[in-house]
Amino acid sequence: MESPRNTSAPPQSGPQDNQTSDHLAGSSPRRGRSAFSAPGKSRMGDTLFAGASKGSGVLLLVIMAAIAVFLTWRSIAAVNADSANFLTTADWNTQVDPMVFGIASIALGTIISAVVAMLMAVPVAIGIALFISHYAPRRIAQALGYVVDLLAAVPSIVFGLWGALFLVPHMSGVNAWLNDYFSWTYVFKQQLPGSQPRSLFTVGVLLAIMILPIITAVSREIFLQVPRAHEEAALALGATRWEMIRTAVLPFGRSGIISASMLGLGRALGETMAVATVLSPSYILQFHILDPGGSTIAQNIASQFNESQGLGRDALIASGLVLFVITLLVNGGARLIIARRKEYSGADA
Amino acid sequence: MSSSLTHARNSLSSPLTERRLPKWMPAANAALALLLAVAIGAGFGLSSKLQWGLIAAILFVGIQYLASTAVEGRRHAKNTLATSLVWVAFLLALLPLVSVLWMTVSKGIGVINVNFLTHSMNAVGPNDKGGGLYHALVGTLEQVGLASLFAAPVGILTAVYLVEYGRNGKLSKAVSFFVDVMTGVPSIVAGLFVLSFWIIILNMPYTGFAGSIALAILMLPVVVRSTEEMLKLVPNELREASLALGVPKWLTILRVVLPTALGGITTGVMLAIARIIGETAPILMLVFGADAINMDPFNNPQSSLPLYVWTEYSRGTDQSQARAWGGALVLIVVVMVLNLVARGIARWKAPKSATR
Repeated sequence: MESPRNTSAPPQSGPQDNQTSDHLAGSSPRRGRSAFSAPGKSRMGDTLFAGASKGSGVLLLVIMAAIAVFLTWRSIAAVNADSANFLTTADWNTQVDPMVFGIASIALGTIISAVVAMLMAVPVAIGIALFISHYAPRRIAQALGYVVDLLAAVPSIVFGLWGALFLVPHMSGVNAWLNDYFSWTYVFKQQLPGSQPRSLFTVGVLLAIMILPIITAVSREIFLQVPRAHEEAALALGATRWEMIRTAVLPFGRSGIISASMLGLGRALGETMAVATVLSPSYILQFHILDPGGSTIAQNIASQFNESQGLGRDALIASGLVLFVITLLVNGGARLIIARRKEYSGADA
Repeated sequence: MSSSLTHARNSLSSPLTERRLPKWMPAANAALALLLAVAIGAGFGLSSKLQWGLIAAILFVGIQYLASTAVEGRRHAKNTLATSLVWVAFLLALLPLVSVLWMTVSKGIGVINVNFLTHSMNAVGPNDKGGGLYHALVGTLEQVGLASLFAAPVGILTAVYLVEYGRNGKLSKAVSFFVDVMTGVPSIVAGLFVLSFWIIILNMPYTGFAGSIALAILMLPVVVRSTEEMLKLVPNELREASLALGVPKWLTILRVVLPTALGGITTGVMLAIARIIGETAPILMLVFGADAINMDPFNNPQSSLPLYVWTEYSRGTDQSQARAWGGALVLIVVVMVLNLVARGIARWKAPKSATR
């Protein structure tokens, strides 16, 4: 950040001083006037500063546009060189000539792992957020809030390391149990019982643990903003604590919960390293989520990157574009939901 | 006579003070559930302690609900159910998160010593002991520093534009929307963008600087958002007072608005730094990694802390994985310190900046 200018440096182009202000001025270095009182000539400093700040905003838009343009540009070349259908092919092989690759299996893996993560993380995160905002003893509530915020900042590679060296060995028992009792659900059927749990399910569990703090942190903020009058009104009418939460807190916080979940979903979709450490990747289309294999877009980019050259890299960029579009849709959708609900949920604070 | 009196008292007292479960019920129930879970777990030979915990949790919620239904009635039973579910959710979620921290500290602490912090991995094989992360530390500091040099001023200026200049204009609405969208851009996509633009099209080499471009893109929206929130908290009276005294708008912003919000802005920037410092994917693609110390972020590949953890993990030997834990611990400590300092600043500055 640039340091504030010296006090005695008024703009050079200051227009003629107004007499009355000279009387009031005293010794204070003040030759300028507010923008609305001098409509004719705009000051140098004002112009520069307004221009710089506007320019920064425009720069941000340019960066976003550039991301879309450059990714699309490289993708077109790659997709043209693809000898298979980019959207429906499961395989990813850019070492052969002509190249065979498609996003079917990696996009499916991305969505499956993210859905598993969301199903587990969102209810638990709402529970923790409610615990911190409405259930925990007040003294430890604030400390817990800090802890959750700190956990939200733990880098993903640390979760990846923990996932690979601790979670994977401990998931075998859970996998076997799920396979024993829930194999009739098809989803939880293991083709090879006892195989290493480097599966999309384990990835989903790890992603759930990773996005828990961020969803919790955002939802907690919202729950704390619920007007006390609403809560007290509900309690005064004889509601139990749960009825108060259901009728006052959750409706108020709904849009906040949605945006928090979308934030978490975005992280889960784009998570790279934690998935790369846990998964043993393969390109098969399957819904048996306990079986090892499968892969996600981000993980595929990271693990294929070093072996790819030329058009192979462009192929990875094409899959990155797909991920970009998915996250764009998720975030845009969340924003629309929040904007639409704002007028209903923004009760008097 | 007396019997009818007690009867009357009973029928009177029930609607006013309902029958409640005793206060010690949750604690007693938790102990009972744990005991039963241990019995079931040991009895059926369930190997995973995770399952024992889950069984205990389910038993706890179930017993609590049934007891409450029997004593207090349906509405209170629902309330009890919600309370116990919230407690169980909290405790269950705490386990893995605490486990992550505990494992990192316990496995990493043994590796860290002066040698580890001051030496690189130059000429250290996967099976060798020793080696360190000095080169990664240098790389991280330089890359994150360069990224902040770009992202902090641009982000703050953008926020100034959103709050002070472009109120509800078309451009400011677009910028505001795309800040949100940009927050959701996955780090690997930012990395791919720099790869396509900087390395493939402009044909630049893999350097620390290429990585810092991607980090800056990831950092920018976080800075904009937090600064925007802080600027909105600055009371309008301050701006009006300054403008009424004849101070031009740009000086008002520089000398009144920004200093007032400085604490919050600093906090936001530091939290943004804490967020990008752990990014691995773009560094993996753009900086490429190196084992030797490279002080120059503009020439030749570098390393960085998260990348160091990843490379040491993928070498797969016991020695290198120990180093990976050491790197992870250093990374976590750096992030935590940044967070704590940022929050400290926020707290220290808070009463002055927000009068709302």
